[in-house]
Amino acid sequence: MLRTLLSVPKTARRGEIIQIRAMIAHPMETGHRMGPNGVEIPRKIINRLVCTYAGEEVFAADLHPAISANPFITFHTVAVESGILSFAWTEDDGAVHLAQAEIVVE
Amino acid sequence: MPSPSGSPPGAPRHFTGRRTLLLAAGAAGLGAPALLAQTPPRVVVVGGGFAGATCARDLAAAGLAVTLVEPRAEYVACPFSNAVIAGLRQMEQQRFSYAALEANGLRRIAQPATGLEDGRVLLADGTTLPYDRLVLAPGIELRFDAITGYDAAAAGRMPHAWQAGPQTLLLRQQLEAMPDGGVVAIAAPANPFRCPPGPYERASLIAHYLKTHKPRSKLLILDAKDSFSKQRLFEAAWQALYPGLIEWVSLSFGGNVTEVDAAEGVLVTEFGRHRADVANVIPPQRAGAIARVAGVTDASGWCPVDPVTFESRLRPGVHVVGDAAIGGAMPKSAFTANAQARACAAAVVALLAGETPRPPKLINTCYSLLAPDYGISIAGVYSPRNGLLAEVEGAGGISPADAPPEIRAAEAAHAEGWFRVITQAVFG
Repeated sequence: MLRTLLSVPKTARRGEIIQIRAMIAHPMETGHRMGPNGVEIPRKIINRLVCTYAGEEVFAADLHPAISANPFITFHTVAVESGILSFAWTEDDGAVHLAQAEIVVE
Repeated sequence: MPSPSGSPPGAPRHFTGRRTLLLAAGAAGLGAPALLAQTPPRVVVVGGGFAGATCARDLAAAGLAVTLVEPRAEYVACPFSNAVIAGLRQMEQQRFSYAALEANGLRRIAQPATGLEDGRVLLADGTTLPYDRLVLAPGIELRFDAITGYDAAAAGRMPHAWQAGPQTLLLRQQLEAMPDGGVVAIAAPANPFRCPPGPYERASLIAHYLKTHKPRSKLLILDAKDSFSKQRLFEAAWQALYPGLIEWVSLSFGGNVTEVDAAEGVLVTEFGRHRADVANVIPPQRAGAIARVAGVTDASGWCPVDPVTFESRLRPGVHVVGDAAIGGAMPKSAFTANAQARACAAAVVALLAGETPRPPKLINTCYSLLAPDYGISIAGVYSPRNGLLAEVEGAGGISPADAPPEIRAAEAAHAEGWFRVITQAVFG
């Protein structure tokens, strides 16, 4: 399991625009580098992040090799109801890394 | 690129020659008004830190009419001020007066420079100083607009102590007043900033103080970077000397401080909040204010310069040395400031004599003290390449990773020796 960091407000007013931050510790290996033995290091990146809020997809991004290590993504959404924000990062090999945070909307 | 515009048109090629002529005329008892009217070229140096004082001294030694603009009566040196914070050294050992420079024929104007206008430096009292060439050595200005809630007033509660003086003592007093078991937090900025190993030397020496006097306390470094100068040496020493005491939170572990609440002692990062009993916030920096007013800073807030002459890329006839200048690969240190200032002085002398300055080879060494008897260093040699100062491959070095205690103790002594020698050379 890779280390992830989330910043989601614990509480918000209904209709408020909230800022979400998400980071995952990942080397984002491009596939264009040589290892010390002269052999190419195979590509291995996080290629997609999806965020769902109370079951509905509110944000998704495709990530590419030019994105640096430990990708840090910030976006905004509207606080509509209390619930769980779930984050899923997908790696090239299909592995999915999950994290979630709860928000209370008053 | 060195611009000829700083030399007044028609100026004689060799000002030292003019000086000899002047003396000869005086000796012959001739009024010779044409000769007497020719005074040595005037150079104004703004800022009396390691860069400015060095440059002024060298320029005066070369026979130029040098005016040093520095409002402070004494200089308080930053190198070794971390030892003052940790109670290992007295503030008096950091203070240096300008008396020796003034005794060497340097004129010092004790007021701040407020601007530039048509080859003249404007002073706070409204008077102006004409110059043939100007050297700006304004050091750094702390950016009180970079971290939400961290302004000059907040620095009274969360000292930066990144310009030695009252802030240094404030941080020391806060550490002394903190109860055992408290949390000390250091917020370290992203590159570039003054003294790249400085926050980590400070963490080491504060850890030494805590281990000695308040062993249940903790030290947290919240960093806006993922790596830092001499990192492996620092981390190995922290393991060996202060196990479990120092926690370093890097950028990608959520270490970037974006906001502070100085009254509550809270530091807010992108992913969390940390409460500290003593908070040392080292904010991002830029070139000293006069550099911006003089129009020699670029969008980065620092000053692009020609690496041979240190003449500004943005304003001909104005040179910038020390922390304010974009030194390419050279770190912002007192050692660098001194080396750049000497090269700049030589270039200014050459330019005023109509000669072509020679590309310099510059050396920097950064010593860091991790305990009173534990020193490490990193050294580099730099020369102009592609318009910047670049490191000469294979010429530098760093302390070995697995050195015996005698080597660390010897390096701690070398650091002291370096400080004695450089302060003597610049201010003595």
